[in-house]
Amino acid sequence: MAEQDAFRLAGQELPSRLILGTGGVPSLDVLARAVAASGTALVTVALRRVEASTGGALADVLERAGVRLLPNTAGCFTAREAVRTARLAREAFETDWVKLEVIGDERTLLPDPVELLDAAEQLVAEGFTVLPYTNDDPITARRLADAGCAAVMPLGSPIGSGLGIRNPHNIALIREAVDVPVILDAGLGTASDAALAMELGCDGVLLASAVTRARDPERMALAMRHAVDAGRLAFGAGRIEKRWHAAMASTQDAGLAAL
Amino acid sequence: MTLTVNGETVDLAPEVTVAALVAERTDQRRIAVARNGEVVPRGEWATTTLADGDEVEILAAVAGG
Repeated sequence: MAEQDAFRLAGQELPSRLILGTGGVPSLDVLARAVAASGTALVTVALRRVEASTGGALADVLERAGVRLLPNTAGCFTAREAVRTARLAREAFETDWVKLEVIGDERTLLPDPVELLDAAEQLVAEGFTVLPYTNDDPITARRLADAGCAAVMPLGSPIGSGLGIRNPHNIALIREAVDVPVILDAGLGTASDAALAMELGCDGVLLASAVTRARDPERMALAMRHAVDAGRLAFGAGRIEKRWHAAMASTQDAGLAAL
Repeated sequence: MTLTVNGETVDLAPEVTVAALVAERTDQRRIAVARNGEVVPRGEWATTTLADGDEVEILAAVAGG
């Protein structure tokens, strides 16, 4: 019986290769159901100023779901801001894991690779487990891995765009370029995008909007779970070569009836 | 004394600690506090007294990413 292979990230074995983001979630109830349906073990959260209206229930809901929190540095535009945010997140959530996000531009929300590498180096030196959200550039990915990041997380396309994986060749090149896990992060729109990421050799997928903004988030979360599993199995199984003409499914000559 | 808390100017009695300010603002457990840009570790909240002109950030988890 073929089984899924284990996913190890920063020395931890995770029961799911799907990491769920919480951005855009319509309610905590929907989030709880989507988390359960997805089978994820790791869920991202952001840090913001406490408001009188902040109920504080988000972290409680996730704790009840039994998932690990992955704080991010969303909204940071410089290495300095990102490093400070990571330190605060470590204090608030008692984890040294951080999804490192350093954005270069509000319109595209694309990563700023110079600030990102700078922040990654500082945080690695401070003992963080750094999971950087990066462009789909193999060279940047290699530099991040060389800096000691625990994984690299290239985008498929801009955050929340649902455009899927715009440059699958680069994702495959990134898989070749680094020894740490590659987690496809951002831009996925539907289940086939997640399956493609896994078929390209990614070790995991991080997605938020594709689930949280779907018409039925819980159902899409389940679809993503199956897509990630199917893609990983297909990658392990080894797809057939593509060819221009048909290949006979049965032996061509032997045993043909003389009709 | 006058401080800035989460971007707002507030007047507080002297000798207020970080712990007291946090308790007044929220009952959440997973909170981080920065004072003048530096993290105040949870273990130091009760003994850290705020000063006039301090800039304090009190942060909690929200959906995102």
